[in-house]
Amino acid sequence: MTLLRLEGVSSFYSDFQALFGVSLEVAEGETVAIIGANGAGKSTLLGSVAGTVQVAGGEIRLDGEEITRLEPHSRVDLGISLVPEGRRIFPSLSAEENLLVGAYRKRPGAWSVAKVYQLFPLLTRVSRNPGWSLSGGEQQALAIGRALMANPRLLLLDEVSLGLAPVVVRQLYETIPVIAASGTTILLVEQDVGQALSAADRVYCLLEGRISLQGRAEEIGREQLTMAYFGV
Amino acid sequence: MVWVNALVQGILLGGLYALFATGLSLVFGVMRLVNLAHGDLGLLAAFLVVAVADASGLSPWIVLVVPAMFVIGYVLQYVTLNRTLESGELAPLLVTFGLAIVLQNVLLETFSADSRGINAGAIETESIRVNDQVAIGWFPLATLVVSVVLLVGLQLVIGRSRLGRALRATADDLRAAELMGIDHRRTYAYAMGIALATVAIAGVFFGMRTTFAPSDGPARLIFAFEAVIIGGLGSLWGTLVGGIVLGVAQTVGTQIAFSLEVSPGWGGDLAGHLVFLAVLATRPTGLFARTQAT
Repeated sequence: MTLLRLEGVSSFYSDFQALFGVSLEVAEGETVAIIGANGAGKSTLLGSVAGTVQVAGGEIRLDGEEITRLEPHSRVDLGISLVPEGRRIFPSLSAEENLLVGAYRKRPGAWSVAKVYQLFPLLTRVSRNPGWSLSGGEQQALAIGRALMANPRLLLLDEVSLGLAPVVVRQLYETIPVIAASGTTILLVEQDVGQALSAADRVYCLLEGRISLQGRAEEIGREQLTMAYFGV
Repeated sequence: MVWVNALVQGILLGGLYALFATGLSLVFGVMRLVNLAHGDLGLLAAFLVVAVADASGLSPWIVLVVPAMFVIGYVLQYVTLNRTLESGELAPLLVTFGLAIVLQNVLLETFSADSRGINAGAIETESIRVNDQVAIGWFPLATLVVSVVLLVGLQLVIGRSRLGRALRATADDLRAAELMGIDHRRTYAYAMGIALATVAIAGVFFGMRTTFAPSDGPARLIFAFEAVIIGGLGSLWGTLVGGIVLGVAQTVGTQIAFSLEVSPGWGGDLAGHLVFLAVLATRPTGLFARTQAT
């Protein structure tokens, strides 16, 4: 069953058009990756789904319901949670308070503070520390955990690997199958193509705001990918 | 001993200033809005109590002015001020300045320019006499106690409740808060509601402490503003300390003026403003500003 459907979505990043009539689908329970070079429109696409970027044309549907003009906080009610690029942890709140804020809408579901600590044991020892004092890896784990606290149907992950050591990135990506197994659909944006292909069931490649390639992760060839990624 | 008395009276007066300043500090801390009508809204609460007392006598029902001001604050923020916040920093200043003028004139038209007072009964004049020159008035003491209780309560709400976390998260990062499902317009409205509830308490205590007129709001705003700046923007306990520092400066200044045989009132206000300027010059973020490494 299709959970998320984008039809002909055009969006702007500041004054620049970043998406040109993008259409894509994500089925319930799937993990889908959006890859592409810097400036391809990946984060704008996630922002359009989460409501932080205004959509200029086309429509976005979640489980058949149009959400194109809904505000971000209303989309959280419907089950969309975004882990934003740069994590955006609340600096003055403790790690645990950050998690509790994630559960602000009280959506029913299995995720709880204890379950997030189980998924990310490194957060247990820093639970009382203020957000600003956490390391990059701890902040990213906290950002993912915070989004899970909303018990989302659709989890949007924006550049999880950005600015982190490879070992930390690997640890974070190891949790994605666990999150997916809990029944959460995942749409992730990633510049690290290797990570994206290993984590996703299907992949869309964006090139200058347009879908240049789509397919099952294991079926995409290297040459095909290079062409779609760089356009040459 | 007169200086000890000045110090004691200043601490007690600081309680009233802290009451006035708490809401101003909260609103600035959460949404970076300086409400120039804050003092006039406190006066509005005092006049509402006067109107109720004139109609049916002073009764415990006057506490209803607090929830009434909460509702006024919520609606004011949700309907009007939220829109101004989206238009830059100048718009809310202009709108609250305009609101202050409207309030002053409505109060003037309704209650005339005559000074009014709220009769709190015998507690207004009764005191604990420590010795011949030092006395602690029950009413100023009650004001200080109420301000401390209010700050403890607010600290608990902000530190431990769901609403408090939402307020702090919104203050930290409005866009990230939206991604958590927090509607910042409602959160701001709650903050303004709480601020006006606290300034209602301040206004009523002020009205019981002294006489007041429709034109007194701006002076209350200035003292509240000075207490917030001295204590540190966004710090609730700093606000109490700021209020006490300002109160002590004023009472000590009054005592100095009295010793020099110049107008005591003039000396008190001047000393308060000088301490405020000294703090602003030497520690612009205030004595207890919220600091955070990034």
